[in-house]
Amino acid sequence: MTFRLDAAVGSRGFDVSLTVGPAETVAIMGPNGAGKSTLLAVIAGLLHPDSGRAEVDGRVLFDLAGGRSAWTAPHQRGTALLAQEPLLFPHLTVLENVAFGPRSKGAPRQEARETARRWLGAVDAGELATRRPAELSGGQAQRVAVARALAADPQLLLLDEPMAALDIHAAPLLRRLLKQVLAERRAIIITHDVLDALMLADRVIVLEDGKVTEAGPTRDVLQRPRSRFVAGLAGLNLVAGTLTEHGVRTAAGQEFAGQHDSAMEAGPFIAGQAGVAVFPPSAVSVFLSEAQGSPRNSFPVAVTDLEPHGDQIRVRAGDLSADITPAASADLGLAPGMTVFFVIKAGAVSVYQA
Amino acid sequence: MRRRRTDYTGIPAWIYAAAAVGGLLVLLPVAAMAARVNWPQFLPLITSEPSLTALGLSLRTSAASTALCIILGVPLALVLARATFPGQRLLRSFVLLPLVLPPVVGGIALLYTFGRQGLLGRNLELLGIQVAFSTAAVVLAQTFVALPFLVVSLEGALRTAGGRYEAVAATLGARPGTVLRRVTVPLVLPGLASGAVLSFARGLGEFGATLTFAGSLQGVTRTLPLEIYLQRETDADAAVALSLVLVAVAVTVVALSYRGPRRTGTAARTTAAHASGGSVQ
Repeated sequence: MTFRLDAAVGSRGFDVSLTVGPAETVAIMGPNGAGKSTLLAVIAGLLHPDSGRAEVDGRVLFDLAGGRSAWTAPHQRGTALLAQEPLLFPHLTVLENVAFGPRSKGAPRQEARETARRWLGAVDAGELATRRPAELSGGQAQRVAVARALAADPQLLLLDEPMAALDIHAAPLLRRLLKQVLAERRAIIITHDVLDALMLADRVIVLEDGKVTEAGPTRDVLQRPRSRFVAGLAGLNLVAGTLTEHGVRTAAGQEFAGQHDSAMEAGPFIAGQAGVAVFPPSAVSVFLSEAQGSPRNSFPVAVTDLEPHGDQIRVRAGDLSADITPAASADLGLAPGMTVFFVIKAGAVSVYQA
Repeated sequence: MRRRRTDYTGIPAWIYAAAAVGGLLVLLPVAAMAARVNWPQFLPLITSEPSLTALGLSLRTSAASTALCIILGVPLALVLARATFPGQRLLRSFVLLPLVLPPVVGGIALLYTFGRQGLLGRNLELLGIQVAFSTAAVVLAQTFVALPFLVVSLEGALRTAGGRYEAVAATLGARPGTVLRRVTVPLVLPGLASGAVLSFARGLGEFGATLTFAGSLQGVTRTLPLEIYLQRETDADAAVALSLVLVAVAVTVVALSYRGPRRTGTAARTTAAHASGGSVQ
């Protein structure tokens, strides 16, 4: 009883395989243009892949493998789509919007309205039933859109950045609501927000350039990033290179000393393999001159940007960043363009296979 | 929400002068014509038997051709706006052809299609159906020239609305017929209405194609524009009076029908502003 997908879209360089269990929520993360929306469009039947196969609970959604051409129309798939914008039908009341799914599946008007009322109640929007979409706030409209998607009783719920268009006050409310309704439900959610992935998803799949680059339980993926993209999400510095005895050597020949972390690896590391060194910005100290004494990493960088980060100052130097106190920043007289030394204790650097 | 007078418009002053000239070009001739109306004789002139017959025929045929425009134009606009197929651009060019074609040429083309010796007319004749020089020919001629107005304005509305509502409706389980009936058509209703009004107005004023393809038979094919042209030769006062009636009918229809679309247009804008967190004041 799973959802299984294997699809390729040649023109977009898209080639993805994934499965989703019966009550599992999977978060899809990735940079812009990585193919996240393409994935949902293929699943929903709005985009025709060049090849592949998809089935949900043994029912074939499409099968284009080996010259076959089975194709289930979008309205027969049971894959309700919730987009960034609520897209409530502007000419229907809130109640009629939510009743749209049941009505389309042939439920009698009264029964469809009962279903709609129940779902409006579940998303705490019962009192909005008689309003028009134009009379709703962004957060209210998105809650109604959630109710509308759920009222269609989908076998797989597709969410395309449902929180992205909401203001900062409405998002937490919807996130709590989604956590509630996604608990016993099969769903795929596209998000840019680590919090969504942690709170709503059991697993995360990272898409880059149309391919799956990382996958696994959300916590593991965020704790042990293997790509710069995920490291950025987790707020960590990541340096890629090849594994050496003491750490990682970058393509430019720079050595990063660190702790080999093989707790989750199968077997010991092999020198020369692709590996990454990962460390938090808070472990980076900034000096005006080279610091001596091992076991430390010390290397010159050019400061590109300074920005506030909580009660710290984040010092950006290319792809790396350091968090220091405002007082330290003032003492050092930091400004973009300056050359400074980033110093990291080897003990704070995790090294593992990429 | 409505634009206030104090808002910056960004229009240079001379634009107002040019716009005034443009407005006058339309208003002045209508005023000049109204000034020549023989008011004491106005009522008898427009209620004469041939006048009323022509007016009635014009209204009936324009209503029929508007209905035909909707029946044929909605599918055309949908196919042009939503589907992709080879020859689509060519099809659009041909649908728009009557806009740029002299109506007389359209009438001749119709004659060679539905006339006695025409492409289809020959076969229809065998079935005992004669189209040319009948009221049906008037409706066909009006539909021919008015169809592009409906297709263009509806296609624009469909493109503006985009296909996203339809996609969502489909994922909620609505089959294509249901999506068309419950989502697409209601969404573009303002565009459909204004397209229908334009088609009706174009049909009402149709002259060249009607005269060529349907002739000028009183009570059968002689619509108001034909009657006006005919009267102009003999009775200028009657022609002017009837012209004013035609202007009044057209203005009334346009004014009545445009009230609805504007209201729903405001609602749609508000929704769009909400969705994008836009600057509604």
